[in-house]
Amino acid sequence: MASAIEFRHVSKIYYRHHTRRFFHRYLMERMRRVPREPFYALRDVSFELEEGGSLAVVGPNGAGKSTLLSLIAGLSFPDEGQVEVRGRVAGLLELGSGFHPDLTGRENLVVYASLLGLSRKELRDRFDEIVEFSGIGDFLDEPLRTYSAGMILRLAFSVAIHVDADIMLFDEILAVGDQAFQAACLEKIRELRRKGSTFVCVSHSSELLKRLCTRGIWLEGGQVVRDGPVAEVVEAYQLSLVAHAHSAGTGRG
Amino acid sequence: MRVFRYGFLLRNLIVRDFKIRYRNMSLGVFWSLLNPLVMMGVLTFIFTKVFPNPSIKNFGVFVLCGLVPYNFFAVAWVSGTTSLLNNAALVKRVRLPREAVPVSVVLANGIHFLIQIGLLLAFVLGAGYGVNPHWLWLPLIFGLEVVFVCGLSLASSAMDVFFRDVRYIVESTNTVLFWLVPIFYSFAIIPEQYKTVYQFNPVAAVVMACRLILLENRQPPFSILWKLTLVSTVALLIGLAVFRRSKRRFADYL
Repeated sequence: MASAIEFRHVSKIYYRHHTRRFFHRYLMERMRRVPREPFYALRDVSFELEEGGSLAVVGPNGAGKSTLLSLIAGLSFPDEGQVEVRGRVAGLLELGSGFHPDLTGRENLVVYASLLGLSRKELRDRFDEIVEFSGIGDFLDEPLRTYSAGMILRLAFSVAIHVDADIMLFDEILAVGDQAFQAACLEKIRELRRKGSTFVCVSHSSELLKRLCTRGIWLEGGQVVRDGPVAEVVEAYQLSLVAHAHSAGTGRG
Repeated sequence: MRVFRYGFLLRNLIVRDFKIRYRNMSLGVFWSLLNPLVMMGVLTFIFTKVFPNPSIKNFGVFVLCGLVPYNFFAVAWVSGTTSLLNNAALVKRVRLPREAVPVSVVLANGIHFLIQIGLLLAFVLGAGYGVNPHWLWLPLIFGLEVVFVCGLSLASSAMDVFFRDVRYIVESTNTVLFWLVPIFYSFAIIPEQYKTVYQFNPVAAVVMACRLILLENRQPPFSILWKLTLVSTVALLIGLAVFRRSKRRFADYL
């Protein structure tokens, strides 16, 4: 089967002073080539995910999980190696990016759908379905600031899965929803998988990952520690957490 | 050009920007009118009472012809410049044609511009100037100004991602331009040797053309029109080129 995502010896390098960079500093670097201290967010990562595959990415905070997703999403680009992605990508990399608290649910829905690449016609056809799935109901015309985090997630998620993307990315977002919504999401994701969509999920909830994905990759320090069936990888990762109990990853990656 | 293939997205972003600004404000769009009115009042007071200038009739309308295009330029350029930073979450996390971010912000300001143009035309008619066929040039002239600001903002927003100082450069430039654009003085009193340079400043060119059309019932000279077209088009092309060159690295710096 053709691969949907292919990473060949991919490295992503950040430099220390990226956050505080002054013009004269920049000129000095340009002219004298001041050596800069690199930080590898990803180092020599290679893997292939076939079409219709579902990949779970685990690892402690700062392991490079989010960097990996943003490379797949085409939001940033590798410094070394090649990333190849085939198909339309829709990512929920952060809960409600582009949502504005003062706009209503409906207004945010429309903006978000067009951000994810839906055309006017596609949105018109799917609007009712999106609203229905989100379960927002009467709140649709209320400003988003009156929503709970769970409701915002439902809205964002509902839009994202109705984009009909070939590849879907989820970064630690399902954790906010309640049991009922999680179950509905899982059902929807299974349905999309049967239709052939490819999934990549980052989560610290190993239960969720085991139910959603078949393959797992464990990242640490920007490198692949283990790559294999999801249960095996997730369990190995958790064992390592128990071994280093003090460095347990609880936040976002 | 890629920008234009994303009409639906662009439209939604413009509407979003516009709505966000006016939501929860009791006076809403009125604020768009208040600023030029206040400036017009202040400048009219100064130049009719403090430094009276009898050579200019209807000073209020005269100065509004300068303020409306200048205001749009200054406000749209600053908000265009900071648009990528202000929407960092979007640029970092959502794959959208990134040109749409500064362009939509500038165009959202274009809506305010339209409202202010309406105000200007109302004052022009109120002061007893009639409608004349040269008014047909106005959409082109104002349109070119919008194109010019889009070009500048594409370039400056991209640079602002890497050097946050750009915003302050833009703001200072605007302050300087307030004096170097003939807002409260007329083009006629500019010494001959500087006139050509003035015409290459698109904002000054728009103000001049605007006054010729609205207040003097004259067709804007081609020397102004071609310079305005040239500078606006070049600005847009350079803006797109700068943006395209740097947009791959936006996510790493935001």
